[in-house]
Amino acid sequence: MGSSHIKKMVKKNFALLGVNFASCYFWLWLGIVALPCTCFAQKADSIQKINQLNEVQIQQYRLTKQNLSPVPLQILSAQELMRINSLSVADAIRYFSGVQLKDYGGIGGLKTVNVRSMGSNHTAVFYDGIVVGNAQNGQVDLGRYGLDNLEEISLWSGQNSNLLQPAKAYASASAIFLKTKVPDFDQQKRYFLNADVKLGDFGLISPSVNYQYRIKNKLWGSISTNYIHANGSYKFRLTNGVFDTTALRNNADVERFRIQAALFGETKYKAKWNIQGYSFWSNRGLPGAIVANKFDYSQRIWDQNFFVQGAYRQDFNRVQLLFNAKFTHDYTRFVDPEYVKIDGFLDNRFRESEVYFSVAVKYDVNTQWSWSLSSDDQYQYLNANLYRFAYPQRNTFLNVLGTAFKTDRLTLQGNLLSTTVVDRIQALENPNDKQIFSPTLMFSWKIFQQHNLSIRGFYKDIFRMPTFNDLYYTFIGNTLLRPEFTKQYDLGLTYSTFFNQGKLRFVELQGDVYYNTVKDKIIAQPGANLARWIMYNIGKVEVRGLEINAKTGIDLRKGLNIGFGINYTYQQAIDVTDRNEDSFADQIPYAPKHSGSFLAKVDYKHWKLNYSFIYTGYRYNQKANLIYNYMEPWYTHDMAMGYGFKLKESCVQLNFEINNLLNQYYDVIPNFPMPGRNYRLTLNYSL
Amino acid sequence: MRNLSFLLVFILVLLACRKEPRPLPSEISRVEPEPTAVLRGMYLVNEGNMNMNKASLDYLDFRNGIYTRNFYNQINPEVTKGLGDVGNDIGIYGSKLYIVVNVSNKVEVLNVRTGKRIGQINITNGRYLAFAKGRAYVSAYLGRVGDPTAVNGIVAEVDTTTLSISRTVRVGRQPEEMAIVNNKLYVANSGGYSPPNYENTISVVDLDSFMETKRIEAAINLHRLKADKYGDLYVTSRGDYYDILSKLLVIDTKTEKIKKTFDFAASNLTIDDEVAYIYATSWNYLQGRNTINYFMIDVKEELLLKQQFITDGSDKHIRVPYGIAVNPYNKDIYITDARDYVTPGKLHCYNVEGHLKWSVTTGDIPAHLVFVK
Repeated sequence: MGSSHIKKMVKKNFALLGVNFASCYFWLWLGIVALPCTCFAQKADSIQKINQLNEVQIQQYRLTKQNLSPVPLQILSAQELMRINSLSVADAIRYFSGVQLKDYGGIGGLKTVNVRSMGSNHTAVFYDGIVVGNAQNGQVDLGRYGLDNLEEISLWSGQNSNLLQPAKAYASASAIFLKTKVPDFDQQKRYFLNADVKLGDFGLISPSVNYQYRIKNKLWGSISTNYIHANGSYKFRLTNGVFDTTALRNNADVERFRIQAALFGETKYKAKWNIQGYSFWSNRGLPGAIVANKFDYSQRIWDQNFFVQGAYRQDFNRVQLLFNAKFTHDYTRFVDPEYVKIDGFLDNRFRESEVYFSVAVKYDVNTQWSWSLSSDDQYQYLNANLYRFAYPQRNTFLNVLGTAFKTDRLTLQGNLLSTTVVDRIQALENPNDKQIFSPTLMFSWKIFQQHNLSIRGFYKDIFRMPTFNDLYYTFIGNTLLRPEFTKQYDLGLTYSTFFNQGKLRFVELQGDVYYNTVKDKIIAQPGANLARWIMYNIGKVEVRGLEINAKTGIDLRKGLNIGFGINYTYQQAIDVTDRNEDSFADQIPYAPKHSGSFLAKVDYKHWKLNYSFIYTGYRYNQKANLIYNYMEPWYTHDMAMGYGFKLKESCVQLNFEINNLLNQYYDVIPNFPMPGRNYRLTLNYSL
Repeated sequence: MRNLSFLLVFILVLLACRKEPRPLPSEISRVEPEPTAVLRGMYLVNEGNMNMNKASLDYLDFRNGIYTRNFYNQINPEVTKGLGDVGNDIGIYGSKLYIVVNVSNKVEVLNVRTGKRIGQINITNGRYLAFAKGRAYVSAYLGRVGDPTAVNGIVAEVDTTTLSISRTVRVGRQPEEMAIVNNKLYVANSGGYSPPNYENTISVVDLDSFMETKRIEAAINLHRLKADKYGDLYVTSRGDYYDILSKLLVIDTKTEKIKKTFDFAASNLTIDDEVAYIYATSWNYLQGRNTINYFMIDVKEELLLKQQFITDGSDKHIRVPYGIAVNPYNKDIYITDARDYVTPGKLHCYNVEGHLKWSVTTGDIPAHLVFVK
């Protein structure tokens, strides 16, 4: 693998970046020049050893965690995140099985995740253990979260099987945990610095800095910041075989800035605590649907998000305590210059505030049997400058009692969650308070003493509350809505094995079959007036699925390692709302029957090579499974090549990505075209 | 390497799955043929959901009883992204068929016999059509793009020979349907973008000077506007969806005053000769569903008739009536059903006795109908 190859690709990228970013040229130039000069100057094996050691440790940690988990668990660690072709959490999530990403395209486009076809409102996102709330529409835009400061992304089907955690972690049908980088207290070093800059197509320039500093013994501070600027413009092609149009995506520019600071400490009583402040600004165009005769849009969105959160954990002999608290304020402004009201352009502003407290306690009866109790209180308030707005306030009280029985081979776990929701609104009549009990049961059993072969399963009954938009949005909301309920049944096998000798290092398999039902699904339907839609509880969905994950690592000879991973998901997700409808038993919109991904990686000395393939089968974009609603499968091949070397104490890594190598033009959401082939270069420096 | 070959097979299998792009096909259904029918057929525009680019054109050949779905794409596959996003109105004038496509900011012009595209007129946020003296009139929400003070809508006058906009006139906010009586254009203004400050007037435009000469006070949030042969306008008011209820007004164009008010939630109507055919959909919060009523009005006397135009009870299968037309020769009544808006709709045909003749599946949100002579 010569550097001439890289040069060629970089040059292509260079040309595509255009003339706007003079500074990019410098970095690219630096990259090109620095590569061949420094390759040979460095000591080859030290960094490689560190990398390998880390990878082995991480593999083992991951395998152990996944293998023992009574619910399907998928993990991507920082090291993996660095090498797979991803700009945001949303991109990384695509490598998990059972997941459909709803992606409106581009860097600024909304990206939400739907796990096992239950709907995107059923997946909760946790940031350092605390839920990311959105009472307004229940959706968390995963495109917003960069990867530079993340230690780990994990996806739990069902729920996180940890016993000591906030009650919120029991309260969704699936959960994504984003874990930021936390200082290692045992380290001898006083500080860590990690800085990177990403350059790429769509005029992307994104520097980020993460810095951790030991203030004193058992007290660390960290600061992390990231800036993204992109014009978001990319070429897309539309064709039906007769017309063939190529155009540029407009109004897709993004500017984002995030800064967060945290303190991590340990008291003399061995209690661990942390507190962090997070602030996020975004200013972006809202690229619209590419429809006949209209490709250009002018709507804009501004977002500001601010939160402070903290955690305190104290472990006693048999009792462990965990406190969490959070305050959040979100501001969104939407301006539509194509919608002129008597006081000017449509200019909607939403302000959402949230206060959250959680207490969790775990008590170990003996070494095998534990109990836990968690209580959360969440208060949310939404303010908007809308006509006849309801100014809703919501108080959610969650209490959960859990117990687990664990031996070396057997895990039995269960919990009962109680949810009380009290909504208060202005102008309209207050909806009824809701009190719901939701049980979960899970088990895992290691079949043989000597082999890591386990059988596992879970049953979970949970619901999602109607969002403020569902209930109170002017003209559309319906205050009589009930929650949307899901039931999940899962049965699976996991197998993993390590080898200390030979070429094969490890093999890991996970397979699950599942059956989910969604009832009282909240769906918009036409109401009184032809222009009015109203939210109803009418949908019913049945999902039958199969997920298979396999991973392996091979040591070919000294210095050459290769690894493979494969994911496959089969889903039959059918609409069983009304037997008299033509679309009864049709596959629900956007759920592909087949989807999967394949990952291959090669490490050789300083070099890392990654190849990934993501496949989403055909699906329909509306209820009826007709040719007019048919969407072609899409699949992208992505490549990444990395080169790392040590520079005195520091470590430099260069990563070059080609996304959508075969330049396939596709839509995930109809009329929101995705980018074709594009390039990205990351220069990472750590000290 | 076993893994590698596995990978290759895997990729090859998957690669085979994407088909060559081709135009969306049309589909044909059969209905009862009427070989002696005076009218040749009927075009139907399906609105399609916003952002889905699924506006589509269906054609019914009365004499052969052939219903063709997605007719436009079959005839005009070369048009990028086809008919477009949200079809809002359809009309025939002379040998040309006009279709207003709202989000696509255009009026498509087709040959009425062949369906072949002749051209398009660009108009931002176009709504409805009217025709007179060799000209087409298009109402549109947005007068000037990118101007926060351009709150009023417009009516554009289109030369039907050159298909270019010759003049525009500013009317009320968010203008909807129009009708022409005695060389005057009457425009229903809604003001729907600025609740609770709805418009409550009908704009009167003199067709010679193409100036707004008057505003007739009517009721808030106007939508439908149809003229009968006695010089009266039937106008629907949508109310404010809360305290002010929907109603149907009759305006006398001679006095330009309200002549009569019917207190029911008329959603849409069509007037054929002496009779207005109306459906009214109202939302019932307690039952959590729509209540649908059908009415007939004698337009000569402005009297509500006792009779119903669906008499066989088959109206219970109509979930959301969304379009209506009456055949002026055999008096057959056509009603479209938008169902749940996200699945293909239905077109039902009733004979003059009110019995269901046939039903056929349409595109998404079937809405606007026009007869072909």
